[in-house]
Amino acid sequence: MSAINARAIQTSAEIISNKKIGAYHHMVFAVDSIGATARPGNFVAISVGGPSSSMILRRAFAIYRASDKGSAGGHIELVVAPHGQGSKWLTSLPLHEKVDMVGPLGTSFGIPTQPARTILVGGGYGSAPLFGLAEILKTRGCRVDMVLGASSAGKIYAPLDGKRSVTSMTITTDDGSAGLHGRVSDALPKLIEENDSEIIYSCGPMAMLEAIQSIADRYGLVHQASVEESMACGIGVCMTCVVPLRGDDGIVRMSRTCIDGPVMDGSSVVWNSKGIIPEGTWGL
Amino acid sequence: MFDYSTNLGKAQLPNPILTASGCAGSGKELSQFFPLTELGAIVTKSIMLKPRSGRATPRMAETPSGMLNSIGLQGPGIDLFLENDIPWLQSQGARIIVSIAGETVEDYASLARRVRNLPNVIGVEVNISCPNVENRGMVFSCQPDTARAAIENVRRNIGGEIPIFAKLSPDVTDIVSIAREVVNAGADGLALINTVLGMVIDVNTMRPKLAQKTGGLSGPAIRPIAVRAIYQVRAALQKVPIIGMGGVASGKDALELILAGANAVSVGTATFGNPGAAMQIKSELETALIERGFENFVDAVGYAHRMETQ
Repeated sequence: MSAINARAIQTSAEIISNKKIGAYHHMVFAVDSIGATARPGNFVAISVGGPSSSMILRRAFAIYRASDKGSAGGHIELVVAPHGQGSKWLTSLPLHEKVDMVGPLGTSFGIPTQPARTILVGGGYGSAPLFGLAEILKTRGCRVDMVLGASSAGKIYAPLDGKRSVTSMTITTDDGSAGLHGRVSDALPKLIEENDSEIIYSCGPMAMLEAIQSIADRYGLVHQASVEESMACGIGVCMTCVVPLRGDDGIVRMSRTCIDGPVMDGSSVVWNSKGIIPEGTWGL
Repeated sequence: MFDYSTNLGKAQLPNPILTASGCAGSGKELSQFFPLTELGAIVTKSIMLKPRSGRATPRMAETPSGMLNSIGLQGPGIDLFLENDIPWLQSQGARIIVSIAGETVEDYASLARRVRNLPNVIGVEVNISCPNVENRGMVFSCQPDTARAAIENVRRNIGGEIPIFAKLSPDVTDIVSIAREVVNAGADGLALINTVLGMVIDVNTMRPKLAQKTGGLSGPAIRPIAVRAIYQVRAALQKVPIIGMGGVASGKDALELILAGANAVSVGTATFGNPGAAMQIKSELETALIERGFENFVDAVGYAHRMETQ
């Protein structure tokens, strides 16, 4: 055995809840061991389309919340945006249907050992893994300011029960249909200054994460970013989901977001490198 | 008692299910899902002399029953591979087929010298057909003379101790003539087939989906091409060991390649969608062979070639 994918299992997971919330579906899966071992930031990979499907690759979903208890035993919750064929198929499944699930996969958000002042920033359904994280941070005595942004009000995922675990909640929309008119990066500097924030946690599109990193640099903050690059396998064998990441030795390597991520140190990611291999990358 | 063992030249395997190069990482990633000793052999990701970053992203696009990739042989290079990956695989007790890829015919000679005498390494796959190389005109297996030169360079450096397998591209006019050429140059066996060069254009951005524009197509979409290539080569070269691959996702898919003439079957893209694919296929294939009355795996190899009266 090796340390890679060390907690992952492949299992059959029963759908025990599937509710449409705004533009998304909140889905709950009964899956004992993943519920017990998942940490905030981890993801699962689910087969889609059924046995005769022409969709051969799994779909990766950040875990919204995980628990090892409940009326149906251990379970995990996902927030699914029915955008593509695979996620549409998944959200259309009836209750008690079972899906083939692999998880928990990937790195998780680092939790401070001492109470800290944190800001959690999510774009669209990228807010999903942040609520589970917020609950843990809150129990550790952290201040949790959350900023959620999307193109319009219907694409903000901010359930009522999730809001309980945050100290403050700021919403931004590109069209001004809810909250502040603008982007999350427009709202961040003021929040950081007002709350004397120490750590930023983020999840969302790469361009948003890059903008957050430049703010983190300006204020000298730690930034843990959950990155997204399209994956084929989710378990580290295919090498498709890579981003350039600077190692502790200072060398930039094309690194797999499925096992070296999705949560990466934002200051180590070489941002804005879609379509290129940055100069000096190992093995270029 | 069903006998599942097979031979690839001098290499004897307890069962015919292998991984496909580039589809099992270093082995560590899959070992969480099944013991690697359950495989006939693990075929490692094609290794080059130097570390290699691979190509820019996006590197992957899903296609109907398949996927397109332009990874570009990302890897640590032979030094770190021998320092890290091989000892770990040896510690697991896995049977290993090392896949090597060069930029020049001389690279193949250097790589062959480094891998010819390692415990648990039971064979070498000579990847002369990766479509994701700098110069697409230099896919060695697409020209008889470069295919021959690469294989000769490996053969000169690996005597009879372990078999060498030439991995060929289906993107040629006549795969049988390339197969004859590499066998005459000293290949003990063949690995058929590598991915098929393809392209996807995003109709929203109206640009190619992959940063490198083209990529290798794999998955069930290419299985009929693999079956055809294996069948043609088996008909022409009756004794040459063939490792078959191309879109195998079930036991019956594997059986198809075996009936066409494959002595072993590699599972590639199916592992991306299902980490346990190789084990599932191993068990389904055994059942499918027993259901058809076979007592020995080897009796099914090339069975589709039998006379029509049989």
